[in-house]
Amino acid sequence: MNFEFTEEQEMIRQAARDYARRELTQDVMERDEKAIFPTKHVKALGELGFLGMMTDPKWGGSGMDTVSYVLALTELAKVDASVAVIMSVNNSLVNYGIETYGNDFQREKYLRPLADGTAIGAFLLSEPEAGSDATKQRTTAEDKGDYYLLNGTKNWITNANSASTYLVMAQTDPTRGHRGINAFIVEKDSPGITLGPHEDKMGMRSSDTHSVMFMDVKVPKENRIGEDGFGFKFAMNLLNGGRIGIASQATGIAWGAMDLALKYSRERKAFGTEIFNHQSVAFKLADMAVKVENAHNLCLKAAWLRDQKKRANKAAAMAKRYAADIAMEVTTEAVQIHGGYGYVREYHVERLMREAKLTQIYEGTSEIQKIVISREMVKGL
Amino acid sequence: MNILVCVSNVPDTTTKVKFSGTQLETEGVQWIVNPWDELAITRALELKESGAGVDKITIATVGLVGTETTIRKGLAMGADDAFRVDADPTDAFFTATQLAEVIKAGSYDLIMTGFESADYNGISVGGMLSEILGYPSVGAVSAVNIVDGKLQIDREIDGGKEVLSVQTPVVASVQKGIAIDPRIPAMRGIMMARRKPLTVMPAVEVEVYTEVVEIELPEAKSAVKMFDAEDIQGLVNALKNEANVI
Repeated sequence: MNFEFTEEQEMIRQAARDYARRELTQDVMERDEKAIFPTKHVKALGELGFLGMMTDPKWGGSGMDTVSYVLALTELAKVDASVAVIMSVNNSLVNYGIETYGNDFQREKYLRPLADGTAIGAFLLSEPEAGSDATKQRTTAEDKGDYYLLNGTKNWITNANSASTYLVMAQTDPTRGHRGINAFIVEKDSPGITLGPHEDKMGMRSSDTHSVMFMDVKVPKENRIGEDGFGFKFAMNLLNGGRIGIASQATGIAWGAMDLALKYSRERKAFGTEIFNHQSVAFKLADMAVKVENAHNLCLKAAWLRDQKKRANKAAAMAKRYAADIAMEVTTEAVQIHGGYGYVREYHVERLMREAKLTQIYEGTSEIQKIVISREMVKGL
Repeated sequence: MNILVCVSNVPDTTTKVKFSGTQLETEGVQWIVNPWDELAITRALELKESGAGVDKITIATVGLVGTETTIRKGLAMGADDAFRVDADPTDAFFTATQLAEVIKAGSYDLIMTGFESADYNGISVGGMLSEILGYPSVGAVSAVNIVDGKLQIDREIDGGKEVLSVQTPVVASVQKGIAIDPRIPAMRGIMMARRKPLTVMPAVEVEVYTEVVEIELPEAKSAVKMFDAEDIQGLVNALKNEANVI
């Protein structure tokens, strides 16, 4: 056992922390209020190598380990969860998917710009009537010989407008159920793709979320990932990894709220002393610290397992379930410590509380994580 | 043109400073690149990237093996190679003498030092270095540019600035304005840092001229005193009689 980070991991954490504190803090509030996409930050983070962190340098990535990825995402999410989710989707879902399951043609054409930060990607699985039950894909991909014809609607798509590359799951053979689902790399500017309006979300308002409609969109055969019928397994495999990203994001949100609450508690006075000196406040902070530490450690364990090429499904699901739920608890308590000030925008904690809520919902709800965890328990894994 | 940046390894600027006798208590201290030196590296990188004719950026530090983390941060930012003189620096003259040995062993046109270090604020190494080497030196440097292959340096003067065209080699002690924000190292730089040359040199003998006899910490700042918005007279009295500012 070794709880020490390497020099490189520390340096990455510091780089992410410096970027978040110096740059993201400047406009995080305005972007949240007006739902503005963080274009300049995405560009800068791409140049620094954060958008292709774990991708092999051979394909334009930075070749970092998953532990470094957890550290970087956590730091960014302390300040700005929207930027963190953009980075998470790009890394853990899109890049990982193409690098692991794509072929060299696909890697060269699509992965390279995603990994070197010149483009971003989106992952299109959810549908209006297929959320937690992702097997019920209504989007169809009809095999037309040398191409597939895509029709249907995808919902809640992060990066939908800003991405240039989509990973789309669609049903090719309904008679085979989820074994008839395929995954495709689809260029966003393909004829027949239209976007629904920008979703006016409760939190993470700086990330762009839309529904995406496909009407007779032609996708070349060479853009299918893996063997025919691999799509569902592909999506599930990606989500198993994606969870580490969202778990880290949730941990960061909680951590950011805790830091703000600690600072405030040592400034604000009530009954003649800083409120930190009241046990009711100090104990809240102590509980927050335990929760954040636990969540962070779960993320790091899942990341370590992945880096060791060991099965991380249960650890990642535990990390996501726990981190998302404590993010909600910790941010709620942080607002409570701030009192009335916590309820107004100026003090940031209400934004963190709004952001925390989404981590319990997307990339597998907390309830879905419990299904994953309990099934892994039955398998003795 | 080759640039050498002298780097100090200093405690993070938010460190709670505690001394045991004359020794800084280092437990829990996070060590960083001295902020002025970090800006000097940043400016050197900007000059190199602008195509103004910078061939190589070298980092030099005087410190024990623990300072290599700080040195590698500079390499991760983009410097090409580094030297570490293996000694725990005792005072500014010791440091300047060791750095001079590094410089004599190489070929550098511009030597940058931070105006002061964030730990002991000696403001001496740059001046001593130029004296030992017999190089010209410019202090309070707020900008370094290369114009038509020649070095142009802005120096802060009272209420304005002086623009100097200087002969190389030269020692410049840089301060505010030299670069806006320190460069954040990119992932690729972080991965490459360990593969860049870091040469360790033995220290030379230096006569000891100074000895720290005592360290006295500044008095803790007193708490903010609040006045009721109505109590103007109370505020005026306190400013007059307690703070003695009016």
